[in-house]
Amino acid sequence: MYVYDEYDQKIVDERVAQYRDQTQRFLDGELSEEQFLPLRLQNGLYVQRLAPMLRVAVPYGLMNTRQLRKIAQLSRDFDKGYVHISTRQNIQFNWPQLGEVPDILAELASVQMHAIQTSGNCIRNTTTDQFAGVATDELEDPRPWCEIIRQWSTLHPEFAFLPRKFKIAVCGSRQDRAAIHSHDIGVEVVHNAAGETGFRVVVGGGLGRTPVIGVEICDFLPAEHLLTYLEAILRVYNQHGRRDNKYKARIKILVKAMGIEAFREAVEHEWAPIKNGPSTLTGEEIERARSFFTAPDYASLDASAAQNTLQAQCQNDPIFANWVKRNTREHRVAGYRIVTISLKATGYAPGDVTDKQLELVADLADRYSFGEIRTTHQQNLVLADVEQAALYELWQSLQKAGLATANIGYLTDVICCPGGDYCSLANAKSIPVAEAIQARFDDMDYVYDLGPLELNISGCMNACGHHHIGHIGILGVDKKGQEFYQVSLGGNQGKDTSIGKILGPSFRQEDMPQVMDKLLTTYVELRQAGETFLDTYRRVGIDPFKERVYAQDH
Amino acid sequence: MPRIIKNGAIVEEHGPEVLDLEQWLQSEDRARRAVVLEPGETLAPLLEHIDDIPLVLVNFPTFMDGRGFSYARELRERGYQGELRAVGHFIRDQLTYLSRCGFDAFQFEDESELEDALESLGDFSEFYQASADQPQPLFRRRA
Ligand code: SF4
Repeated sequence: MYVYDEYDQKIVDERVAQYRDQTQRFLDGELSEEQFLPLRLQNGLYVQRLAPMLRVAVPYGLMNTRQLRKIAQLSRDFDKGYVHISTRQNIQFNWPQLGEVPDILAELASVQMHAIQTSGNCIRNTTTDQFAGVATDELEDPRPWCEIIRQWSTLHPEFAFLPRKFKIAVCGSRQDRAAIHSHDIGVEVVHNAAGETGFRVVVGGGLGRTPVIGVEICDFLPAEHLLTYLEAILRVYNQHGRRDNKYKARIKILVKAMGIEAFREAVEHEWAPIKNGPSTLTGEEIERARSFFTAPDYASLDASAAQNTLQAQCQNDPIFANWVKRNTREHRVAGYRIVTISLKATGYAPGDVTDKQLELVADLADRYSFGEIRTTHQQNLVLADVEQAALYELWQSLQKAGLATANIGYLTDVICCPGGDYCSLANAKSIPVAEAIQARFDDMDYVYDLGPLELNISGCMNACGHHHIGHIGILGVDKKGQEFYQVSLGGNQGKDTSIGKILGPSFRQEDMPQVMDKLLTTYVELRQAGETFLDTYRRVGIDPFKERVYAQDH
Repeated sequence: MPRIIKNGAIVEEHGPEVLDLEQWLQSEDRARRAVVLEPGETLAPLLEHIDDIPLVLVNFPTFMDGRGFSYARELRERGYQGELRAVGHFIRDQLTYLSRCGFDAFQFEDESELEDALESLGDFSEFYQASADQPQPLFRRRA
């Protein structure tokens, strides 16, 4: 993974000092509430319903064990002993004291972490595929490009006061696990006929109040032009994005208003004078970035022997076998597996993890996975490089800590924002809905039988729970001061992204498990052999679901 | 006489008369008049006269309106060498960003802030990106 040199460290340290001074001036009354707001937001600090929330950046979801242990320690020293993994792969503390945040940031800086630009109207943390570097369908590791973008976007002088927040995602594989069509800019690593690396660039995607699927602005951008091209897009947006209405301020609205042709032309116009300028990437810089993401020291393993051992272990222990089937996947290197650790045990808020669990995961990562951990936008953790032969021991340790829930990619692996329990923007609570649904569907055989199913829940239109792109999406709405829930069907992330369609009038919280039950029964009755929920929905449309859910009981 | 920050020091300002963009473009002796840019205005007509402008002011109606940052960078990238002054409601915590975009003068609404504001100019000593005062991005300078 990327390692700071003295320059990176200096920038982060100076940022901490600057923020310490800003916090002090705010506490002394020299900075107004209004002036302090964007300053603290650009350091990840929100003021929530009950306490501040600090969002720490996990660049493209990658951490080492030293960093993970530091997060665990900080959650103990400054918080209530747990943290939350966000749907943008970041880590959130829910209860820090405003005056202590500079100390937390200084501690983070000591392990090469920060909270820069995790909030505010600026370029946010760049996200990517949680299986980068180990996925079997990967063309090229996206992380060197993410790191190049991270550095370019960090404290960028021109783009710190944009009309609205700005999110970039990068993917480098056949299957898009980074949801690039739902970002302000999506970057897909591609190769041209000559085998050279470049990017397909997609612009104007986004969720929120007006979900839009991004459109292609460039089909092949040669690699060296990445930063100048991004700069040109951002400049057009900074100048022309709407600032009069925050619901119309994202780049997706500008792209729609101008039309992609005119928008592309404006970008080309801004790009021409800076293209080939000093910000053009050099071969050395690209190689330098790549050098941090080379393969770890894999053992050359006897794959068939490992397979036999694993099979024997699975035969002896069906619970283990089930976990292997649900929570691990194929690795690029023979004899290794990718392990996803579910943070979706029933009875716990989705994506929450305690200090003790974090420390255990750090120990396991050191022992079994080259000391690295990844966070996922589905709010789970990943150990990317585990030898097949070590899976059984690993699973036993996870099981003791309540981290072996075998539900990755199934109904109970709910994506869920913090919602009304924490977030001051919420219309409704989201965690209790997730928990009620998990509790209702506690028969795992039924859950497995339902097949791959993404249930995404957001507590308001800001869509942090990505409800638009869940196969089933749930959105908290406010109806005359009451919490209600709107359901949508047929959303999907990936290269064939689709935005879910609203089912109909919204429901009360207590009705949600029942509503889910009706939706799922409808699917089970209508599905043809081998069809997933999404397949069936796409074949039969929304009506059968609607009829069942809204039918009057006789 | 207003006091402003200019090239890192506090000075008394004796500037030329200030015209808005339209007036300036039509003015007979614009080479002796300053022009003030408001967010939303198009830079293109001004860029044609880049060598005639003695002083550009960029107004920030609120500090959250970041359009002025792009004006500054574009003017500098196209070769504007004269004074570039931020006016209006920007705040001292933006000074590093502003100066990196090419502003070399700052006229605060409240002059009592000037001394403290000078300190903010030194918040950072290293940056990743190319900027008006450092045309080489860090990746071309790393040892
Ligand atoms: S979707 Fe709304 S309620 Fe949920 S975390 Fe985001 S802003 Fe808060």
